[in-house]
Amino acid sequence: MATEFHNLQELRHSASLVTKVFIQRDYSEGTVCRFQSKFPSELDNRIERTLLEETVKTLNSYYVEAEKIGGQSYLEGCLACATAYIIFLCMETRYEKVLKKISGYIQEQNEKIYAPRGLLLTDPIERGMRVLEISVFEDRGSGSSSPSSSMSSAGSSAR
Amino acid sequence: MSAVMITRKVRKWEKLPGKNTFCCDGRVMMARQKGVFYLTLFLIVGTCALFFAFECPYLAVHLSPAIPVFAALLFLFVMAMLLRTSFSDPGVLPRALPEEATFIEMEIEAANGNVPAGQRPPPRIRNVQINNQIVKLKYCYTCKIFRPPRASHCSICDNCVDRFDHHCPWVGNCVGKRNYRYFYLFTMSLSLLTIYIFTFDIVHVVMRSVDNGFLNTLKETPGTVLEVLVCFFTLWSVVGLTGFHTYLISLNQTTNEDIKGSWSGKNRVQNPYSHKNIIKNCCEVLCGPAYPSVLDRRGVMQEDSPVSATSAAPYSTSSSSSNPVPQTTKTTAPLIPNEHTPDDAKPSIAASAEKSPSPKEEHPPAPKVPPLASPETDAEASLTKDKTH
Repeated sequence: MATEFHNLQELRHSASLVTKVFIQRDYSEGTVCRFQSKFPSELDNRIERTLLEETVKTLNSYYVEAEKIGGQSYLEGCLACATAYIIFLCMETRYEKVLKKISGYIQEQNEKIYAPRGLLLTDPIERGMRVLEISVFEDRGSGSSSPSSSMSSAGSSAR
Repeated sequence: MSAVMITRKVRKWEKLPGKNTFCCDGRVMMARQKGVFYLTLFLIVGTCALFFAFECPYLAVHLSPAIPVFAALLFLFVMAMLLRTSFSDPGVLPRALPEEATFIEMEIEAANGNVPAGQRPPPRIRNVQINNQIVKLKYCYTCKIFRPPRASHCSICDNCVDRFDHHCPWVGNCVGKRNYRYFYLFTMSLSLLTIYIFTFDIVHVVMRSVDNGFLNTLKETPGTVLEVLVCFFTLWSVVGLTGFHTYLISLNQTTNEDIKGSWSGKNRVQNPYSHKNIIKNCCEVLCGPAYPSVLDRRGVMQEDSPVSATSAAPYSTSSSSSNPVPQTTKTTAPLIPNEHTPDDAKPSIAASAEKSPSPKEEHPPAPKVPPLASPETDAEASLTKDKTH
């Protein structure tokens, strides 16, 4: 790695944004929220393949848990219906609880894995659950030529 | 120049594109035309008020006090469902930010290759395979995204809505993924309420006529005539609508798909979202998880500090995390500042964004489309606009 960042704070204040990579949704299993585990080629020399795949896999499992249709979701639905959904004004739904877990997870991943490599994950909920945005930073101090990689390489491998 | 930034908190709903109106500081979200919604409210509240005034005293005494109690509960449920449907976010998909839009455009151009001059580029479609069926995802020129499966663009609200069912003028909002179950419960409970009021109106008139005679009864309780009229006409439409939506739910289809005939016909794709089991389909639609809104309406917009061009707003994982870029999507795209905008341009752009903080009552100019994308008439949205109950 050409650049070394020690924490998120340093990343924010001293780095300049080079590009953003977007990991799109995987609709092969229907409308459930799921992100593609295909590794974007722009990040080839920034992060190990397995780390990113692990992150995406964990995120996908969180979303599966949030959207699971089973006993608990039925109970929640029926109870809420019986109270004319007023209970949603006071109670947090299961989905919201899982979303909180997800944002905690992303924060932790950013601090431990991505910020030291000059990357930053954005929580998908801030992008309408459409994409997982990864911002690629370049350290100003290093002064090296920014690897503004061609995005057409991602396009050629479009589904 | 020592600019003093305006300290008023600007919430994100004020900068949302689309033709929605917001109330209660972003808590309530509706379409612009609310006239028919007020009519719905008036009819329901008015008819129930007449029922409680004219019928209930007599029926509570002569039949049972449970009758008005049950009517009151049913009325409250109907109102709760109506307000939930009308005031909630139907599942609006936020528009793509400039970087995402550019990324998608580049992918499309790479996939299309070289188009000879003078020829139209091929339509922007992505094919995905869901449950062994090929589903085509269309590109939305307004929102600059490939619409997820089952999403559609509502031209009345000017938003892409997830699992778009239809735009309902009676509730003054779109019906989509997040509020479909409330809409269905509203129509069902309204059918029950209408039948209930109609039945007890008849019972009341019959009981009273036995004692006093038919014409005298009508003179004593003139409200009954009005109620019977309203209920009679409402019954046919609302009960029919409930039946139609029950049919759609059992097949896990949306009104939009039904109108377009997406899954009907021999040569067409079969519905890949249906579980082929009526109970499962109903459970998924009615008892599925309560999806949260992805539009952060009440989040506070953070102004970029003009100190350095690289200080993006601090990344925050709380729900009030903000867009580092003030969204001025009502104007041409190049005006949106980003990390590469020179410092002196930023305060002027932020200041111009501040000038129009009021919600969508004023009619802003139509947004200009940047050169890469071209607008496309959204045939499906116009179909939806024409649908009336």
